[in-house]
Amino acid sequence: MTTIEQVAAGVGTSTTRVEALDKVTGAARYAGEYPLDDLAHGVVVTSTIGRGRVVDVDADAVLALPGVLGVLHHGNALRLADAGDATLLLLQDERVAHHGAVVALVVASSLEGARAGAESLQVTYAEDSHDTQFAAEHPDMFVPDHVNPAFDTETVVGDVDAQVSAADVVVEATYVTPVQQNMAMEPHATTATWQGDDLTVYDSNQGAASVLQALVKLFGLERSQVHVLSEHVGGGFGSKGSARVPVVLASMAARILDRPVRVTLTRQQMFSLVGYRTPTIQDVRLAADSTGQLTAVDHLAYSQTSTVLEFAEQTAVVSRMMYATPALRSRHRLVALDVPTPRWMRAPGEAPGSFALESAMDELAEACGVDPIELRLRNEPSVEPESGMRFSSRNLVACLRQGARSFGWHDRDPAVRRRRDGRWLLGSGVAAATYPARSAPSTAAVTAEPDGGFTVRVTASDIGTGARTALTLVASDALQVPAAQVRVLIGNSDFGQAMIAGGSMGTSSWTWAVVDACRELRSQLVGQVIPPEGITARADTAGQVKAMTKVARHAFGAHFAEVAVDELTGEVRVRRMLGVFAAGRIVNPLTARSQLIGGITMGLSTALFEESLLDHASGDYVNHDLAGYHIATHADVPDIDVSWVDEVDDEVNPAGVKGIGELGIVGVPAAVANAVWHATGVRHRQLPISPDRVIAARE
Amino acid sequence: MRPFAYARPTDAADAVEQASRNPDARYLAGGTNLVDLMKLRIESPDLLVDVTGLGLDAVEESDGVLRIGALARNSDVAADRVVRERFAAVSQALLSGASGQLRNAATAGGNVLQRTRCAYFTDVSKPCNKRHPGSGCPARVGEHHNLAILGASEQCIATHPSDFAVALAAYDARLEVQTADGIRDVALADFYLPVGDSPDQEVALQHGELITAIVLPAPPPSARAAYRKVRERASYAFAIGSVAVVVAMDGDTVVEVRVALGAVASMPWRARRTEDMLRGTTASPEEIAAAADAELSSAAPLPHNAYKVPLLRHLIVSTLSELTEVGR
Repeated sequence: MTTIEQVAAGVGTSTTRVEALDKVTGAARYAGEYPLDDLAHGVVVTSTIGRGRVVDVDADAVLALPGVLGVLHHGNALRLADAGDATLLLLQDERVAHHGAVVALVVASSLEGARAGAESLQVTYAEDSHDTQFAAEHPDMFVPDHVNPAFDTETVVGDVDAQVSAADVVVEATYVTPVQQNMAMEPHATTATWQGDDLTVYDSNQGAASVLQALVKLFGLERSQVHVLSEHVGGGFGSKGSARVPVVLASMAARILDRPVRVTLTRQQMFSLVGYRTPTIQDVRLAADSTGQLTAVDHLAYSQTSTVLEFAEQTAVVSRMMYATPALRSRHRLVALDVPTPRWMRAPGEAPGSFALESAMDELAEACGVDPIELRLRNEPSVEPESGMRFSSRNLVACLRQGARSFGWHDRDPAVRRRRDGRWLLGSGVAAATYPARSAPSTAAVTAEPDGGFTVRVTASDIGTGARTALTLVASDALQVPAAQVRVLIGNSDFGQAMIAGGSMGTSSWTWAVVDACRELRSQLVGQVIPPEGITARADTAGQVKAMTKVARHAFGAHFAEVAVDELTGEVRVRRMLGVFAAGRIVNPLTARSQLIGGITMGLSTALFEESLLDHASGDYVNHDLAGYHIATHADVPDIDVSWVDEVDDEVNPAGVKGIGELGIVGVPAAVANAVWHATGVRHRQLPISPDRVIAARE
Repeated sequence: MRPFAYARPTDAADAVEQASRNPDARYLAGGTNLVDLMKLRIESPDLLVDVTGLGLDAVEESDGVLRIGALARNSDVAADRVVRERFAAVSQALLSGASGQLRNAATAGGNVLQRTRCAYFTDVSKPCNKRHPGSGCPARVGEHHNLAILGASEQCIATHPSDFAVALAAYDARLEVQTADGIRDVALADFYLPVGDSPDQEVALQHGELITAIVLPAPPPSARAAYRKVRERASYAFAIGSVAVVVAMDGDTVVEVRVALGAVASMPWRARRTEDMLRGTTASPEEIAAAADAELSSAAPLPHNAYKVPLLRHLIVSTLSELTEVGR
């Protein structure tokens, strides 16, 4: 593998989004905005019981309403085939697995008519008791076969118990994180239309190829019969990483009614239908000698899933690769409750897991009397602790050192409750960040056009990150032509198989295929006159990805936070944050900075605000709108600075990039919690660190 | 959405006449709460009587008395010079609420008529004694971390969401109400009804009556005032606890004090025990603390809102301490 050469204004040059003008002028169309002739609108009806079955759907009364075209329910829906995701088998039987599950779709010629029909639809249920109580001691806790996506559920190196018994210092604590909700700005939406037996969907997703695969199986179609178009997507965070409710229902309704149908979820429906971050309970034990040298890391994580689909968050996986230790154990437990199905949310595993591990490291630093940065330096591993593999690159130390300098860490008095600004106690904290740097097979095609331009086709997805622009810069370098000559077309499943924008693998996977195709094209172009149809080169990285050497590939970072806490009002304000990252080659500094700041902002929200509250009587997440489910406002987001260290890694992919979509959020809650401890002397092991908890901790 | 008729009356009397004729009529002013309630199907009016064309938006002072037209926008009231200088807690309360865009739309009259944001009230699939008397209150055993600790009942623990109304309570505000028979006047303290067994009966307004103005009597000479609000994020959130204080000192002696609490009850809560205990004292730290405790001794917190008791104690004590200290 060799890295690509760089040309002026290519990779590494801050570049505004190529579609920026379209977005700010409203010309960019999103899935729920395509104007099709004869378009009908579907509104989802969700269950108001916590578990049971649908006994009756009074469709006739609703069909009599003006404009209502159809009422889909389990009694009249199209039969779907299993696509490996039971959450997509909608309206297939009378079973209600949780509150807020899909029980019907009302379709009308206008959105207002569909909504009125959905609101008046009478659904009769036979209600069974439901269990929504997540607890570590739940009797149905079990050991999942694997955790997301395919990690071992348990790993053991050395003898943890023996090391703990023999240790000078032991930190043992339980950390708790709540349900957090995926609330992309653009709700999940699909506009579906059939031409004969061909299905075209305009769909909001993180991977058109992945959605195509689901539709092919669900509806029993050939790949050539399905076209998924997703040119612009307004956020996803993982909740659009595979097909969701709207694409199934819109496609089904369009088939039954023989006309185009649009389905857009409401904000409230997103709280039970798009996949949220599981709550976690994490028992962490760290053992060390008196200097803080770790002798054991023991991480046991509990999480929940639904009775529909088993999703096991890989919460403890982060402990397998972070710090050197002779004894290391990581375990997962799972319980299936009568709740909506949890799925991926920005850094699944690492985000909640690092809150526990990085908080525990801070507690160990306190217990050993060692500076928290120094503690991490002392436990820096030479190889990946659990696997023993070498790292392709690991620059956590550089991030910590550069961050400490920029943040002013060296002046820090480690004593707690020493700094005050009026009513505010001040403190600072640090935590490490990490995320895997993986790649997945993708295909791409590049065409040399007769006019001298180049067209790249790859089923990539730009969910607001700037992926389209990053691909333009990479292709420009790979083709050795100015970016203005390169047109990148994405979000179209006709372009072939490609990785989703997920797992921080989009840019690494797509650029690999694009670079290969560009390189192939350049060799084909030598001495050629370009015919009217152009010359196209294609690439498929499946073989290369499969043949990758066994090396530990991860991105790293360090977060620094300064907080102010008023213990009497319970208010916590983050005053400034700094993130320093080692993530390979940074393709577009402008959008990379934006994405990392976005991750940090989301982490700040996680630390202080986000908590989806379950009402056990109904089984519903009751603060199910953005008035009740708080995320950071502008006033909550302080001076956030990000930078990165130079990192050349030839072993991740030809472009030398590591994904940064998730790295930014990992570790932020721990950095904030550690800063709150430094300010107040109170250790908050439960998120969010909300006023009621701050006040209760003091009382 | 249920179709509805829409009317634009010519004056307040016409508005009252039109609304009175239709038992399912609602007044539309800023619409920042009503329209949301309509989308959520909590309100399904037959007729919207749009009062925004009636004027009634002046903010005027005369002999120290402040008169805020019911249709004055929150942002205009908050920015008014007289309000800022003589009724500072009103301005502070308004600016602590909602967002700039909402304050530009929301009106003074509509603000005091806001409905609770209790998660059960705002979801028609759930029981709620305020929406459907007798259907039950799931909040007591469910999610209630920002619900009432004072004056609630077995039937309802909802809180009133307004910041503005808390400040108005501390200024002893009165409401001018257009009725079918002319104008009447009601004290804010009598306007909000106790919860008791009828949480659906929130305010002392007959159907069709229209608030036309909010009148604040002249504060005591040399009065100082402040509104302090605590919320779960820095902006754009309802209070989890707030306090408005108006206090006047003569030397070291408290001659008049009014304390209103927010986010603790179905109405802005006048802490009259606190007031009674402090009047005539020197407002020493001990006296202030005892006065705060006296009011909060009647609090009946539930498991998830017990934190509000120490929070409100702190807000009362710190705000009173600051205001009385400055006056010495």
